[in-house]
Amino acid sequence: MIDYNFDWSVITRNWDRFLEALALGLGLAVVSLLIGCVIGLAAAYARVSGNKWLSGPVWAYVEVIRCTPLLLLIFFIYFGLPEFGIYFMDKTQSFVLTLSLYAGAYMSEVFRAGLSSIPRQYVEAAKAIGMRPWQRQRWVVLPVMFRITLPSIGNNLISLFKDTSLAAAIAIPELTFVARQINANTFRVMEVWLTASALYLATAWLLATLLRQVERRYATIR
Amino acid sequence: MADDVLLRAQGVRKSFGAVEVLKGIDLEVRQGQVVSLIGASGSGKTTFLRCVNLLEEHDGGEILLDGDPVGYRVEGGRRRRLSETAISAQRARIGMVFQQFNLFPHLTAEENVMLGLTKVLNKPKAEAREIATHWLGRVGLAERRGHYPYQLSGGQQQRVAIARAVAMEPRLLLFDEVTSALDPELVSEVLGVMQGLAESGMTMLVVSHEMLFVREVSHHVVFMDQGRVAQAGTPEAVFGNPESERLRSFLGRFHGMFGMV
Ligand SMILES: Nc1ncnc2c1ncn2[C@@H]1O[C@H](COP(=O)(O)OP(=O)(O)O)[C@@H](O)[C@H]1O
Ligand SMILES: [Mg+2]
Repeated sequence: MIDYNFDWSVITRNWDRFLEALALGLGLAVVSLLIGCVIGLAAAYARVSGNKWLSGPVWAYVEVIRCTPLLLLIFFIYFGLPEFGIYFMDKTQSFVLTLSLYAGAYMSEVFRAGLSSIPRQYVEAAKAIGMRPWQRQRWVVLPVMFRITLPSIGNNLISLFKDTSLAAAIAIPELTFVARQINANTFRVMEVWLTASALYLATAWLLATLLRQVERRYATIR
Repeated sequence: MADDVLLRAQGVRKSFGAVEVLKGIDLEVRQGQVVSLIGASGSGKTTFLRCVNLLEEHDGGEILLDGDPVGYRVEGGRRRRLSETAISAQRARIGMVFQQFNLFPHLTAEENVMLGLTKVLNKPKAEAREIATHWLGRVGLAERRGHYPYQLSGGQQQRVAIARAVAMEPRLLLFDEVTSALDPELVSEVLGVMQGLAESGMTMLVVSHEMLFVREVSHHVVFMDQGRVAQAGTPEAVFGNPESERLRSFLGRFHGMFGMV
């Protein structure tokens, strides 16, 4: 350890690859979050619908996803689905599908809590001016819920971003995978892992700061 | 039967579970009239207003607005519940102002007034904004149009809520104890707005504990007691000649406070 001679040239030489890999990870997280929000919203409405044929299967989906390690889900969908004759996906699509389903389960819980925390008075005020059911959802319930759940949505984005490192397990060239590759070729263990960690840390911190700004912008509900 | 009757309730009944809260309410509101509902807490005033605006469904009797039954239509002698769309359309003809203001928290004062205009009445944005500006001006809040509810006092929020309701040009405006949640010093600004509306000919059904206001502004006062109309008449008759012991004792509570009746 004491004898370790740092040689940062390995980082500067591969800087573009680091950044590309980082961007890929961020992209995977953002896309998965967006799809996950759509799934989560549909699932949340199913859960609060009071229809057990809708809420039952959705409950099962949420529980299965929440109780299964993410890495296992990634393997199952990437290696397992072809066994069932489903081949249409390359590994990136397969990973996005996995992470979206994963995000969807967590977001459905966030949105379900959000939906049930919206005071009845707002809906009644919308009724009183003659808004139809879907208009009440679109223009009152959803915007209010979005603002209430914004901090949780942000936290989920940061978690998902960190979870993209698991994509390395199926050789998707995001940051963890690329760092391991560069490491294998150069044996600059410390430089490479320190850099990768610093990039994760800085990005997550930047995301958190950015999200706080967005939250402040929308903080009209007290 | 005068044909300028806007709202007619006949034998309206409503139960929550086994508890009958409205036990046959008869009541009329004529075009341009202010009718006030008074009565002790729990006597069913809120429930009645909510039935008129279809936030609750009454179980018996009928409520007619402009001669149309509220909430259902009669088909071959049988009642059929209206579709959600038709119910929404009926609600759009009735405005309601709530005790807790219920402003949309994610919208500014102006946007609160505009939402129904653009989404329900399908008015273009520019026209909706003009109407909002007009009504926010009428309630004395032109300067605050860009404020969010949390940036407004209770009295200001309630005035925005009134602007939001009248901007829809409803046939009838319902007020449910709209000053009860306000600090005492903010009550008069809201009552002032309501008085202005009354003078401009708005038809209003008002639940209020502000007896001076009720006496001054109402054409007709209805005293509700335990789910029934116990006495109804002109303010002079109801306040000056309370027939029942219950009305006398109800009004008696306001004696010391206002030195009136
Ligand atoms: N949603 C409800 N479920 C059960 N009981 C209710 C409900 N709403 C009102 N009540 C009861 O109905 C009675 C009349 O209430 P309300 O109409 O609010 O009276 P008021 O407005 O005159 O104070 C009260 O006893 C109240 O507890
Ligand atoms: Mg009440």
